[in-house]
Amino acid sequence: MIGLQHYLTIAGMLFVLSLAGIIINRKNLILLLMCIELMLLAVNTNFIAFSRFLGDETGQVFVFFILTVAAAEAAIGLAILVVLFRNRRSIAVQELNTLKG
Amino acid sequence: MYNYYLIIVLAPLAAAIIAGLAGKQIGRAGAHWVTSIGVGISCALSLLVLKNMFWGGAEAENISVYTWAVTDGLRMEVGFLVDRLTALMMCVVTFVSFAVHIYTIGYMREDPGYQRFFSFISLFTFSMLMLVMSNNFLQLFFGWEAVGLVSYLLIGFWFKRESAIFANLKAFLVNRVGDFGFILGISGVVMFTGSLDYATVFGAAEAVAGQSIEVLPGTPWNAMTVICILLFIGAMGKSAQAPLHVWLPDSMEGPTPISALIHAATMVTAGIFMVARMSPLFELSTTALGFVIIIGAVTAFFMGLLGIVQNDIKRVVAYSTLSQLGYMTVALGASAYSAAIFHLMTHAFFKALLFLAAGSVIIAMHHEQDIRKMGGIRKYMPITYWTALIGSLALIGFPGSSGFFSKDLLIEAVKESHWHQGATMGDQVTYWIAYLSVLLGVFVTALYSFRMFFLVFHGKERMSKEEKAHLHETPAVVTVPLIMLAIPSAAIGWFTVGPVLFGDYFGDAIYVSHAHDVLAHMGEAWHGSLGLLTHAFMTPVFWLAAAGVWVAWFLYLKRPDIPATIQGKVSGLYNLLDRKYYFDDLYIKGFAAGGRNIGKFLWQKGDELIIDGILVNGTANTVARLAGVMRHIQTGYLYTYAFAMIIGLTMLLGWLIWLR
Repeated sequence: MIGLQHYLTIAGMLFVLSLAGIIINRKNLILLLMCIELMLLAVNTNFIAFSRFLGDETGQVFVFFILTVAAAEAAIGLAILVVLFRNRRSIAVQELNTLKG
Repeated sequence: MYNYYLIIVLAPLAAAIIAGLAGKQIGRAGAHWVTSIGVGISCALSLLVLKNMFWGGAEAENISVYTWAVTDGLRMEVGFLVDRLTALMMCVVTFVSFAVHIYTIGYMREDPGYQRFFSFISLFTFSMLMLVMSNNFLQLFFGWEAVGLVSYLLIGFWFKRESAIFANLKAFLVNRVGDFGFILGISGVVMFTGSLDYATVFGAAEAVAGQSIEVLPGTPWNAMTVICILLFIGAMGKSAQAPLHVWLPDSMEGPTPISALIHAATMVTAGIFMVARMSPLFELSTTALGFVIIIGAVTAFFMGLLGIVQNDIKRVVAYSTLSQLGYMTVALGASAYSAAIFHLMTHAFFKALLFLAAGSVIIAMHHEQDIRKMGGIRKYMPITYWTALIGSLALIGFPGSSGFFSKDLLIEAVKESHWHQGATMGDQVTYWIAYLSVLLGVFVTALYSFRMFFLVFHGKERMSKEEKAHLHETPAVVTVPLIMLAIPSAAIGWFTVGPVLFGDYFGDAIYVSHAHDVLAHMGEAWHGSLGLLTHAFMTPVFWLAAAGVWVAWFLYLKRPDIPATIQGKVSGLYNLLDRKYYFDDLYIKGFAAGGRNIGKFLWQKGDELIIDGILVNGTANTVARLAGVMRHIQTGYLYTYAFAMIIGLTMLLGWLIWLR
């Protein structure tokens, strides 16, 4: 029988993976965006699992909102990325250190 | 009379404003016309006021012109108290000022600051009139400071000369010391009587004299003594009494007309006038009178000695002024206020005359002031010679001249004063110091005046050939004022001495307590001017003066080689006199340098080190240094921030889950 803890485990693993991707990845900004998307999906999985097991539809409604926002965010993120590439001829994360103190 | 008083005061002010602000428009001639007319009107009206007082029997008037402010019951007013003392002072001030205005036309003819100069001397006349005509302490203080300001401006008139700037700053600073005492004295008056008005204060004087004040905790002093001594410290600054005399000789850096007007005839006598005006207060404190007489005696004798070694023609006259001011102060201390004012008046005429004569010589010598480079000028400048002779004779008290009446009777008053009658040891010591100072001062006065006179006008001609070629009598604008002043210098004593000193001229204007009233005592033996004159040859005063003249003649005309020998023999004494008793060194190296060092210490240690270095820049530097360390955390890499966020988030969650 697949229970709540399985869903949560999957979601947790997805989340940690994406986190690791954010921290470890030094080359590609697109990968970073994908990791963020993946994080959101991990959270969505949690929402749906809880919604199903608690019998409360609010969680699923929330997921729709998050998906919408994530789509918008991906669009904006990619747009920024394109502009960035035009300016700097590179999207390597380790070269983006203008904020260095 | 009210309108007259206003015109007397405001005419010089208006002239000063016109000449000062519209100097360019009215031109040089315009400037001297407008100011001379302004002061001339003042002078004529002052003489009219005096005439009404003296012959017309007009009463003293106490008029309040304008109430400036009332605060906590204290009225601050502008007002005139015109009594006989004031009327006399007004005439002296405006008359000498008028003569000096005319003289200036000649003396400053080529000076680029012509209009400015006229504006200043008219402003001075206004300030001095405000001072003497005041009916309250505040206006007195206003006049007192205003004349000080104009004096400052005029000493530094040639502001491109380093020495002039030094001298005017010195005058200003030394006067601040005196004024500090003066304003404390006024504060004391307000504290005890709650009023600034003369009449009210004098009315309450008896009550004040009974009270005491603890300036230092645990030592009660008589309130009146404290007030009087503080007021007199103000007078010491303004009237250049030792030890605040150092500014007056240096003030000779200014043009000669103002030396005559401000630093001989009028402003420096403001202190004498003030003490005479405050006679109802000073009479109540014998201690203060003792202080006054000792200071005066020291000034009269020791400053006269300095005159003997000076070689600058104006400085000799300046030291003579100091000495004569000392005489007046001694008279004040002996409660012979009328004698002081009488000497003030005669002194104003003959000392202004001497200064103007010295100035006339200076013009002829093309601004050479060293008497060692003059000599035999008599035949080139007869008018200057004769007027200077009259001035010098008046100064030494030659029988018949104005100075004779004032000085002879002044010394007589000191001799007969209440100090002599006093029973205690202190009284006797005070008496002998004062009497010997004024008596020996006569000899000294005669010696230095005639030393200068002989060196300048007689003897060998020591100037260079070219100077001799240009040497001639000065123009009429210079000689007319000399003659104008020579007449009163010679003659005014004859007919004024009786009424001023022994008659009831001053009436209520000067108050002398019965026990101190030396002049009334002397008046019993008064037989008119002629009587005094016949007695003159029997007094030590005459013989001392004659001896002084003879010594001067012997040393500087007959045997001119002797002074140098004496100078070599007593070089220690000579140096002491030449360095003016080291007062200047003490003040400049002691107080002035000390003040500068304190300032420098506070500036470098207090301001630059503590406030700037530690508090202000120190704070900023600490923040900067801390930030320099902290900034290394900011790598700029996205993954570092993400990692920091995770760590933070984990810690927050951990805290939420386990610790709460």
